Amino acid sequence: MRFIFKTDYAQDIRLFQHGGQVFWYGLLLVLLLAAPYLVSGYVLSQLHFICIYSIVGLGLMLLVGYTGQISLGHAAFLAVGAYTEALLQGAGVPFVISLTCAALFSAVVGVIVGLPALRLKGIYLAIATFAFNVIVEEIITRWESVTGGNSGKLLKAIELFGYRLASQESFYYLCLALTVLSCLALINLLRSPTGRAFVAIRDSEVSASCMGINLAYYKTVSFAISAALTGVGGALYAHKVGFISPEQFTLIQSIELVTIVIIGGVGSLHGAVLGAAFIIMLPQAISIAKGWLPDTLPQAGLQSVVFGLILVAFIIFEPYGLYGRWLKIRTYFDVFPFYRRGTFRRQRSYLRSERLR
Amino acid sequence: MSFFAVENLGVRFGGVVAVDGVSFSVKQGEVYTIIGPNGAGKTTIFNLIGLIYPPTSGRILFEDREVSGAPHHVAQRGIARTFQNIELFEHATVLQNLLIGRHRHRTTNLLEELLFLPKVRRAEIAQREAVERVIDLLDLAHYRDSLVAGLPYGIRKVIELGRALATEPKLVLLDEPSSGLNPDETDDMAFWIEDIQKELGITVLMVEHDMNLVSRVSDRVLALNEGRVIAEGTPGEVQSHPAVIEAYLGGGE
Repeated sequence: MRFIFKTDYAQDIRLFQHGGQVFWYGLLLVLLLAAPYLVSGYVLSQLHFICIYSIVGLGLMLLVGYTGQISLGHAAFLAVGAYTEALLQGAGVPFVISLTCAALFSAVVGVIVGLPALRLKGIYLAIATFAFNVIVEEIITRWESVTGGNSGKLLKAIELFGYRLASQESFYYLCLALTVLSCLALINLLRSPTGRAFVAIRDSEVSASCMGINLAYYKTVSFAISAALTGVGGALYAHKVGFISPEQFTLIQSIELVTIVIIGGVGSLHGAVLGAAFIIMLPQAISIAKGWLPDTLPQAGLQSVVFGLILVAFIIFEPYGLYGRWLKIRTYFDVFPFYRRGTFRRQRSYLRSERLR
Repeated sequence: MSFFAVENLGVRFGGVVAVDGVSFSVKQGEVYTIIGPNGAGKTTIFNLIGLIYPPTSGRILFEDREVSGAPHHVAQRGIARTFQNIELFEHATVLQNLLIGRHRHRTTNLLEELLFLPKVRRAEIAQREAVERVIDLLDLAHYRDSLVAGLPYGIRKVIELGRALATEPKLVLLDEPSSGLNPDETDDMAFWIEDIQKELGITVLMVEHDMNLVSRVSDRVLALNEGRVIAEGTPGEVQSHPAVIEAYLGGGE
């Protein structure tokens, strides 16, 4: 077991709390950097998706896990990012600018969607964002002159400062760099006043406002940042797939994104990345498993069924998700042999003030 | 000219008049307590001062300026509060709860925070130092890194007081600081209220039922019944006031 003797306030706001973390995260980064030389082209392509979904997952985690605002419409922000990128690339705008525009435009749309969030809560907010998803899907289907409607849009390879990132490796490094940057930005945010204001809003709105936190402002900021990250993810997604069309940004996609957050573990950035990896690897696992299943089993809906079952199982048995499970395993070994089953049990919550609003 | 004053404050919820033309003023540096039987409108007055409900009539003046806007404007003016039934940020540590209390002293903006510039680092350390002073005062060092969700009721009550103090308020509203506490904890609470008044120089406006605590710490007491003021004065005067005795015990026929 590790005991950290703290002698300085700066220790608590450091990126890494102790040498062990530096070592393990360093090792992870080295492995990720070396990945193109270690794994096959197929696995590398899956790593692209994991990076892209991690960025989106991080954005959604900030909104759902840290600010406590549910969104069933994040596929719409993904679409906004993807189509902005496709259109600007088509117009010959350099990648750095088009990516920034994708993020900014998504953020603006996020602010507009965030406005009802100032009045709506819980299931009502979920329905509002759900409606937003449907509206965006409908717009990109019908506005054929701009989006190409159902025939979709094709994208060319990215050109960055004169280099064409046509190879798998170069695109992988771009995705990885953006994932690491998004992680760092969110870590920074969460250890400063804005991040704490988000957490305050999540846990008690009335008390947050009595501490001087402007609810409207921070909820809007949270929506904007979340949408911006999702927009960046959308732009990368568009390049990864090379072809975008409305059926990639349906409600099912939104639910898959929420699944990332729930399976990964609500309220942890690790969870967003773990959840993204899980969501990408699951279909592969299912298709491998299919080989062993009897042929009489219907093949078509298997994936949705498994997804649904896993989601339900997580909500019932491991509400803190994959990251929560990891914490338990780590604690078990940390305090071995003194681990008690009740260590992580949720405490009874005490009576709270009658809901004031 | 007054430090804090409430003039003719009233609120009506449908047909119920919860607070009816209440006026009082609090002098800087005193402990002013509102007492009254259940349903007298004490907490409602706090919620009106916090602008959580809009008042039907009357106004609230703080340092000769009207208190208006949204709840967060009240906090920005330097009025902090605690809640009767504890409204802490459950899934954050005690330290984070107190740091959230420092929100009104925030000096950095979103962009600086995203990049975590040296300025943000310095600001965070300064905030931490301020929070540590509160932790020292209230003996919370042992719980600094624990999640609020696992802590006992008595400790949460103290953390709520700490969070209010972390905002460095000029006026603090305490809604039943001793409710749910055992006699020892109530005794500690009395000490801290005295400390807040004498050492930190913060004015205290509180709602309280425990008459021992009230007479020990209060400079002046206001008694309410059914939304109206029935008596005001020193703790002794109010306790022996016939209208107050009648409100609590019922009148003789």
